[in-house]
Amino acid sequence: MSNNNINTNNSSNAILDIINLEKRFGNNLVIRDISMSVFEGEVVSIIGSSGAGKSTLLRCINLLEEPTGGDILFHGKSILTDRKSVSSYRAKVGMVFQQFNLFNNMTVLQNCVVGQMKVLGRSRAEAEETAKMYLDRVGMYAFADALPRQISGGQKQRAAIARTLCMNPEVILFDEPTSALDPEMVGEVLSVMRSLVKGGMTMLVVTHEMGFAREVSSRVIFMDSGIIEESDTPDVIFTSPKKERTRAFISSIL
Amino acid sequence: MPQTFFGGVSFILSKYWSLFLRGTAITLVVSLTGTIFGFLIGLIVALLRTIPVHKTDKPLKKLSVRFLSFILSSYIEIFRGTPMIVQAMVIYYGGLSKALSGLHDVYKGIAAAIIIISINTGAYMAEIIRGGIISVDPGQMEGALSIGMTYRQAMFNVVFPQAIRNIMPSIGNEFVVNIKDSSVLNVISVAELYFMSKSAAGAYLRYFEVFFITAVIYFILTFTVTRILRVIERKMEGKDSYTIHGSQSYSKASIHITSESKSIIGGGLK
Repeated sequence: MSNNNINTNNSSNAILDIINLEKRFGNNLVIRDISMSVFEGEVVSIIGSSGAGKSTLLRCINLLEEPTGGDILFHGKSILTDRKSVSSYRAKVGMVFQQFNLFNNMTVLQNCVVGQMKVLGRSRAEAEETAKMYLDRVGMYAFADALPRQISGGQKQRAAIARTLCMNPEVILFDEPTSALDPEMVGEVLSVMRSLVKGGMTMLVVTHEMGFAREVSSRVIFMDSGIIEESDTPDVIFTSPKKERTRAFISSIL
Repeated sequence: MPQTFFGGVSFILSKYWSLFLRGTAITLVVSLTGTIFGFLIGLIVALLRTIPVHKTDKPLKKLSVRFLSFILSSYIEIFRGTPMIVQAMVIYYGGLSKALSGLHDVYKGIAAAIIIISINTGAYMAEIIRGGIISVDPGQMEGALSIGMTYRQAMFNVVFPQAIRNIMPSIGNEFVVNIKDSSVLNVISVAELYFMSKSAAGAYLRYFEVFFITAVIYFILTFTVTRILRVIERKMEGKDSYTIHGSQSYSKASIHITSESKSIIGGGLK
């Protein structure tokens, strides 16, 4: 089922506004000029070939990379000027990584608890209760006591999603969440993500899973060499893209 | 004085056992304490040297970080680049002896030894710990930052515990090296095992017998310490087993997974 409600440009309910973003590594201009907004309840998929700057864009939004130009607004406020609020901003903008990045020195449960206690100041009891609830939701409650090295890639990614959910983020950034998984494990992670979409979670997803992008996205963004080439409903992007580059990309992967 | 080798050894032992015992005790005390303080020095140096600098940081912070890092790397280079026996002479006669002149001779020697070993070990530890920190997958730090932890929280809760586990063998190695290398401190009259042996050997001019005993003691010390460190390392690996819980609504159901049952199940759990 595709969801066709494209948000009108009513910036009052935009969670994120990205304005003329630029990221340069030395002489290499990875993100040239990107402007976009993410609205509450939206699921935005970012597609494009490798090296288009998709992951870098997400990493800039989470400030894991320092943008070299432009601005990022969170509820209308710039997050680049105020370094002190970076941590609380990051807690509200969750990130799920391609390599999971579960803390290897902690059990699955501890992974979900530590951030709640250190960042949100929750008590252990409260944090564990929240953690168990979200672990149950992603089907990982059974493995709460396991260490990351004892579980499979798909299980790790589901635990990582639970860890992010525990922080009650307003938006979750997914950086190719299934790219490091064996094919038979991709499905279990996608179905967890699908359930998040149903729950109304705002999501920004960099993905190569075109079927998934087409099915759940409210908007699909096609990126090419550091810019947004085209942004439209999944139906338009996948069946009748307006730009030549988009068409070439879509035909190369379908 | 018996003329056979073993006769000589048992004669020396019966006469000087308390000397050997005291020397061994002092060797253990100064090398263990020196290693612990050296670790703390190294820890501070390594943490300071791994502070990231952002382009957006204030110029004052950038300048002070750069200055600090120059001082710290000079310390590391100098103390790793000169022998401890020379460092001992320079530090001891360059002021440490005067500074400790209020102490009784034995304690003065112990204090001086601990200070010198700590400073020397600190330089090695700094690099070991820094290596440990940078060898942890950067994704661990990113994962921690991404859920809103500060750099410090991420370092102490996520990165550092993993770094320590990885460098445990090197830390243990430093301790073993210190047990042996504290012998050079006999040049500033620290009453450790080598110093005591020299006095014992001088009395009857039986160097071979005495230092045979000394070698055996050193070996027992280092061998025992190495075994103990192995056990600690294995403990730090974390448990092999874990319990699979039933669903939250029916949490009484559970399966306990151990390394043995894993092999029975046949690698179903990675």
